[in-house]
Amino acid sequence: MTIPRRQALKAIASLALLAMTAAPAAGARPPSLTEAAGTYRVAGSSVIHFTVPQAGGGSGLAGDFGKFSGRFRIDGNNIEQSSVEFTLYPESVRSRERRIENFLRSSAVFDTANFKTITFRSTIVRQTGPDTATVEGTLTARGKSRKERFEVTLTDWNRRSIAFTIRGSIRRAPYGMDVGTPIYSNVVQFDMKIRGQRR
Amino acid sequence: MLRNSRSEFGSATIVLHWTIAALILGLTLIGFVMRRTDIDPALQFSLYQWHKSFGFTALGLATLRTAWWLVERSPAPPPGLGALEHIAARMAHGALIVLALAVPLAGWAVASASTLDIPSFYFNAVVIPHLPLAKSEASEAFWAFVHALLGYVTLGLVAIHAAAALYHHFIRRDAVLVRMLGFGTRSHHLRTPDAEENDDPIVERK
Ligand code: HEM
Ligand code: HEM
Repeated sequence: MTIPRRQALKAIASLALLAMTAAPAAGARPPSLTEAAGTYRVAGSSVIHFTVPQAGGGSGLAGDFGKFSGRFRIDGNNIEQSSVEFTLYPESVRSRERRIENFLRSSAVFDTANFKTITFRSTIVRQTGPDTATVEGTLTARGKSRKERFEVTLTDWNRRSIAFTIRGSIRRAPYGMDVGTPIYSNVVQFDMKIRGQRR
Repeated sequence: MLRNSRSEFGSATIVLHWTIAALILGLTLIGFVMRRTDIDPALQFSLYQWHKSFGFTALGLATLRTAWWLVERSPAPPPGLGALEHIAARMAHGALIVLALAVPLAGWAVASASTLDIPSFYFNAVVIPHLPLAKSEASEAFWAFVHALLGYVTLGLVAIHAAAALYHHFIRRDAVLVRMLGFGTRSHHLRTPDAEENDDPIVERK
C-alpha cells in the first residue's frame, strides 16, 4: 500500500489505531483520528494465522482461516468508542495436511458440525502508543464466551483502507478445545493481518 | 529367588514375563480400537498418545527381558516334555522375544516417519525423540503396515503360546503354567530326578 507521503498529515501522536508503522517511511505520519474515522469492512485479503507450539520445540501446529467477515468503526471523537465485530468460519481452516484440517474441524476441536462460527465483539479499545492499541472483547467459540484481548499495531494507511497486525494469545481449554494438551500448548498464538476497506 | 534355578523361573523372569504379556495384549487392544473403530476423535488422539507411552514402556522392558534372557539360564524343560515339544517351545519363545522388540520399534518408526510429526511425550513427562527417518506419507504407510503386521502376528503367536500353556496345565496336568505363574514350585520336591538329569548345560545354552 502506498504511504501518503504527499499528504500533509497533522501529527497527532495520541491516535492509537491510527498511527503509522513502528518504523514508518521517512516523513510518514500517523493519520489523524478524523482522517481515519469511519467504518471499515474486513477485506478478504486479510490473513488469520495461528500457531500452537508443541512439546520439545519444533514447528508446532500452524494454520489459517480462509473464510471470515467483519467490520470495525473508528470513532473520530473517542478512540475508546471504536468497535470491532468479527466472525470466522472454522470450517475454512487450512493447515499443512488434510488430516490435520479434518481433526481441527472435528468434534475434538472446532466441532464445525455444531458450531459454524467463532465470533469476536469488542467491548473496549485502549490506546497504548502512537500506533498501538489493545482491543478487549468477547470471544465466542463452541458456545462459550470469554473476555479476550488482542494487541493491535497499525501497519499501513491510506484514504481508502487501513491495515493492522493483530496478535493475541488465547487459551483454548476454557472453550472445550483442550485436546492434545500438553503435547500441544494450551495457548494458541494468533497473528493476523487485517486490512479494512472503507465503506 | 530373583534368578532362575535349574528347574524354576526366578521372580525377575516371572515379573517381566507377565508385565510384558499384559502390556502387549493391552497395546494390541488399544492399537486396534484407536486405528480400526469409529471413535470420538479426541479420544482417538488420547489413545494414540497412551499407546505410544505404554508402547515405549513395553520396548524398555522387552530390552531388559532380552538381555536377561541372553545372560540368564533357562530352567530345564518340565519332565515329560518331548524333545520336539521342547524345540518348538524354544522357537516360539525366541520369536516372542524378538517380536516384543520389533513391534514397538516399528511403532516408533511410524511415529517418526509420520508427516504429522506428533511428538512422543512419554506420559507427558519427557519427549522421546523421533528415530532419524525421512518423513513422508509413503514411509509412514510402510512402517504402519509393518507395525500392524508384526503386531497381529505377535497376537497370533501369543494365542498359540497361551493355548499351549493351558493345554499343559489342564490336559497334560504338568508344571509348565504353574512354574511361570511362580507359585507351587518353590518346593523343590516338584523336581523329579528326571528333570535334574535333563538339566544339561549344552541343551540350555541359547
Ligand atoms: C509391544 C508394543 C506394541 C504393540 C503390541 C502395538 C500394537 C499395535 C497395534 C495392534 C496397532 C493397530 C494396527 C492396525 O490395526 O493398523 C498399532 C498401531 C499403532 N502403533 Fe503400536 N504397538 C506397540 C508399540 C508401539 C510404539 C512403541 C509406538 C510408538 C512409539 C506405536 C505406535 C503406533 C502407531 C502410531 C499406530 C497407528 C498406526 C496407523 O495409524 O496406521 N506402537 N499398534
Ligand atoms: C497372555 C498369555 C500368556 C501365557 C498364558 C503365557 C504362558 C507362559 C508360560 C506358562 C511359560 C513357561 C513355559 C516354560 O515353562 O518353559 C511362558 C514362557 C515364555 N513366554 Fe509366555 N505367556 C503368555 C504371554 C506371553 C507374551 C505376550 C509373550 C511375549 C513376549 C511371552 C513370552 C514368553 C517367553 C519369551 C517365554 C520363555 C521364558 C523363558 O524360557 O525364559 N508370553 N509363557
